[in-house]
Amino acid sequence: MAEPPEEPPPQAVPREGQEEPGLREHLWPGRSPDQPEPYTSHQPQQSEPGPVSYEYQGVRQGADQPQGLRKSIYQPRAPDQDPYQAQDQRETVGQTHAPGQAPYQSQTPVQHLYHPWGAEQASYKLQVPEINISQSYTLGQDSHQEARQSMYQSYALGLDPYQAEEPKSAYQTYAVGRDHYQAYGRGHGPYQPHEPGYGLYQPGYSPYDDQIPDPNFRMLAIQNAKAYLLQSSTTSGLNLYDHLANMLTKILDEQPTNVVDIIENISKDVKWAQFRKKMDTLRDEHEILPKFEAAEKRKALFLKANGEGDEELEEEIGEMPLPNVMETAFYFEQAGIGLSKDESYHIFLALKKLISVQPIQTCRFWGKILGLEMNYIIAEVQYHEGEEEEETEEDEVIEEGGKGVGEDEDEDEEKEDEPPKSTYKPPPVVPKEENGTGANKFVYFVCNEPGKPWVKLPSVTPAQIVCARKIKKFFTGRLDAPVVSFPPFPGNEANYLRAQIARISAGTQISPIGFYQFAEEEGEEEEEGGGGRETYEENPDFQPLSVAELVDSLSTWVHHRQSILKQGRCVWLNPFQKSEEEEEEENEEDEKAEEPDEQQQEIGPPLLTPVSEDEGIQNIPAWTAQPSTNLIPQYAVAILRSNRWPGAYAFASGKKFDNIYFGWGHKYSPENHAPALPPPVQAEYPRGPEITETRDPTLEEELAFKAAKEEALAAAEEEEDEEDVEDDEEEDDD
Amino acid sequence: MEAASLPAALELVAGGGAGLSPEKRAVLGASLLLLQRDYRFERVWFWGCIQGVRGAYYIAEGLGPDRAAPRSRLYSLNCVEWSLLPPATEDIVAQAEQLKGRFQGDPSFEYEYTEINTEDAERLFEDGKELMIKEETRLVATIEQIDRAVGIIPRGAFVKTPLGSVHENRNFEGLSLTEAKKLSSYFHFTEPVNLKNKTLLEKALLDPSTDFLDSLEHDIPQGSWTVQLEKGGTVVVLRSLLWLGLTFYHVPTTKQYGYVYFGTGEKNLDLPFML
Repeated sequence: MAEPPEEPPPQAVPREGQEEPGLREHLWPGRSPDQPEPYTSHQPQQSEPGPVSYEYQGVRQGADQPQGLRKSIYQPRAPDQDPYQAQDQRETVGQTHAPGQAPYQSQTPVQHLYHPWGAEQASYKLQVPEINISQSYTLGQDSHQEARQSMYQSYALGLDPYQAEEPKSAYQTYAVGRDHYQAYGRGHGPYQPHEPGYGLYQPGYSPYDDQIPDPNFRMLAIQNAKAYLLQSSTTSGLNLYDHLANMLTKILDEQPTNVVDIIENISKDVKWAQFRKKMDTLRDEHEILPKFEAAEKRKALFLKANGEGDEELEEEIGEMPLPNVMETAFYFEQAGIGLSKDESYHIFLALKKLISVQPIQTCRFWGKILGLEMNYIIAEVQYHEGEEEEETEEDEVIEEGGKGVGEDEDEDEEKEDEPPKSTYKPPPVVPKEENGTGANKFVYFVCNEPGKPWVKLPSVTPAQIVCARKIKKFFTGRLDAPVVSFPPFPGNEANYLRAQIARISAGTQISPIGFYQFAEEEGEEEEEGGGGRETYEENPDFQPLSVAELVDSLSTWVHHRQSILKQGRCVWLNPFQKSEEEEEEENEEDEKAEEPDEQQQEIGPPLLTPVSEDEGIQNIPAWTAQPSTNLIPQYAVAILRSNRWPGAYAFASGKKFDNIYFGWGHKYSPENHAPALPPPVQAEYPRGPEITETRDPTLEEELAFKAAKEEALAAAEEEEDEEDVEDDEEEDDD
Repeated sequence: MEAASLPAALELVAGGGAGLSPEKRAVLGASLLLLQRDYRFERVWFWGCIQGVRGAYYIAEGLGPDRAAPRSRLYSLNCVEWSLLPPATEDIVAQAEQLKGRFQGDPSFEYEYTEINTEDAERLFEDGKELMIKEETRLVATIEQIDRAVGIIPRGAFVKTPLGSVHENRNFEGLSLTEAKKLSSYFHFTEPVNLKNKTLLEKALLDPSTDFLDSLEHDIPQGSWTVQLEKGGTVVVLRSLLWLGLTFYHVPTTKQYGYVYFGTGEKNLDLPFML
């Protein structure tokens, strides 16, 4: 479009609509009224045949030129002439055109001029639809139109009040016409019946149609409305006028579908955008999100350790204790169990790191226990034999230290005052099992997230296992958190975690029958341990069972962990006998130990007992066996889910099998958990008739007693009387 | 969780060790779509899975134009053939609450009332009702209970229109990280109960279009949710301790959110002792 440079930017585009009205005011008065450009500009869009439009243009140009003339025509009008009349007059003119051209009414000033030229009328008629468009645009328009009107108004204000009327309307049409052409040039045709603006320009629709359209009132109303819209909010400093303009800009720029449904959100967005800009020079502190730290830690997993030479690596590959976590994860995934692949791989790398740091013989990913704040990833390892002892010593040192503290406390108490010494002797502590045997066969390392340092869990004591059976607490994820429970748990969360791991392992570590077998020389062990043989070895001649066999019968699975006895040990041990053997200074205890020595030796199921002998809970079997898929049975994997320890799973496929645990670390109980009741309060003193206060006699009893007493007295008196007499006599004698 | 984003969503909630096998994922990708077509749902959610002793129930929910309206629920034993469940009534829920123990995995299994007082028995007998509850009925009630107690959405994900229906908020851009760690940023996606009891002062700060639900912060007992950042701090995972197995995930500042249940369908009644 050929636009003269001084021409104000097109009004139809709301972006330019934000421009200060004052600017246009400056431009307009300086503009020559007979400037033809706005009309020439519409030329390319003309839908009419060339010659006609040219003709018309000529007319229009001609018509525009004598604008001063037009003024002069109007000027003589009587000052008191009602504009309404003028309009009526115009209407009559307008009626000559096709119906439906009511919008013409406002354009009549131009029309008046056209009227005399009959010749041009034909060409003009051809333009009818187009002008109609212009009108529709005007009426269907938004606040911009109002803005312009008030602009002209202000322009007119400087003029003679009587003159002001006509030029204003002339300008209005002028502006309207110009607008239209530009809008049309931008591609908006007449409003179609399905379009939202359709019908607004029909007569009778406008609120002003049935009123007296006094331009003064209209102008004033518009001015007032605009002034109201321009009022700035006292809180945000915005005004609705600008806001609407911004919104419409945004809408027309982005052209979203179903605008009317999301208009509120657009409004919100526009307001938001207002405050986005930060105007002060202070810079925001760069936010360091926790995810970056975590990413840093995980990155460390992927870096190759520098210290290791290639030779060492080759050696290690020979007998690498690293388990193939990904392979195990794959088999469990067939049953929908397992962590995401990323996490599995991170654990894989973390285990590799653990192995490179610690002297580890075997290693296994045990599972994951969920906590309230963090989760535990647990690795089950066995040390090389030599290293193990060192660790053991360390443990003992720690334990001795612990005991020492306890003794000190006792001593302090004694110093303060000396209470009567209790005759209570605590039952002898069941000693914990040696590292590498029973419940302490394996060492466990935990970390909260792969990449964080592995922490070794302390070995478990029978007391902890016994207490852990009585309580049910969520893990927090912090190893040093206290376990607040009743009965009080001996230790902190690390001990509780270790105790639960021992219980879960003992209950749910299973393997297909025949995979493990007992070592050849077994006679001696059987004599020693009540719980059966303790060691087993891999069966080199293991014949893998088919999936159908593994799923159909639970007797094809065996426990390969010793079960934990009620005592809290895997191998039963008479604590009282032990104390005898240990000699020590406490000889008294031996005497007492003999009394409860009736304790029966606890015997658990021997090692490699079939799983089918596991007790169910009420009607619920201990295990649920399923193939991973029924669709492709050839490649299915046998999956066992523990119902006693929800979250414990085992799979077997060919020669491969593994156990894993994902859960909260609690045993299933169909009944509600009932914490143990505190023991009855201990008697303060021995109760007996000497100490107990007797009951006060009731009145009846007292009366009865009195009566009885009196009777007795009376009877006695009778006898006594005689005696008395004698006595008196005697006394008298004295 | 949305059926459309199922594979990605399952990866995000896998931290609890439960998920779907590749076979089930594949079949759900197809069968949920067909479900949407056959029942004319606007949205289909994969609700989760209730593990029975002998089998598992896979559950899907279908949503209509009003997202807060009661949802149609369907279950399947093999993820291929789905059956529509009847709507849950208060009676059913009350009856099923008395049942204990694991699901069996057989919808026609009948439970007997274990503890029933004679009055109830007489009344039921007079009504001509049997003293048996089918497992299917229990399933309906359990899903309803879980949805009511722990079905949650992030704040702002759904908006209530002036007409009263509830829609996804197309302008929802996710919670910020700090907001995502707070329980007050999550809502129960059911009929609000506590909202009406709030004081005027508390209500004054609420936006009626987004805050039309109960938030999680006043859930009883206190601490019945764990909020954790997983996957290296990129996803916020909420786990219900009342219904162990319910996991909700939300990736902050994105539209990804949803919840899924992988559990035994039993309420954790020991919760007060375990905290």
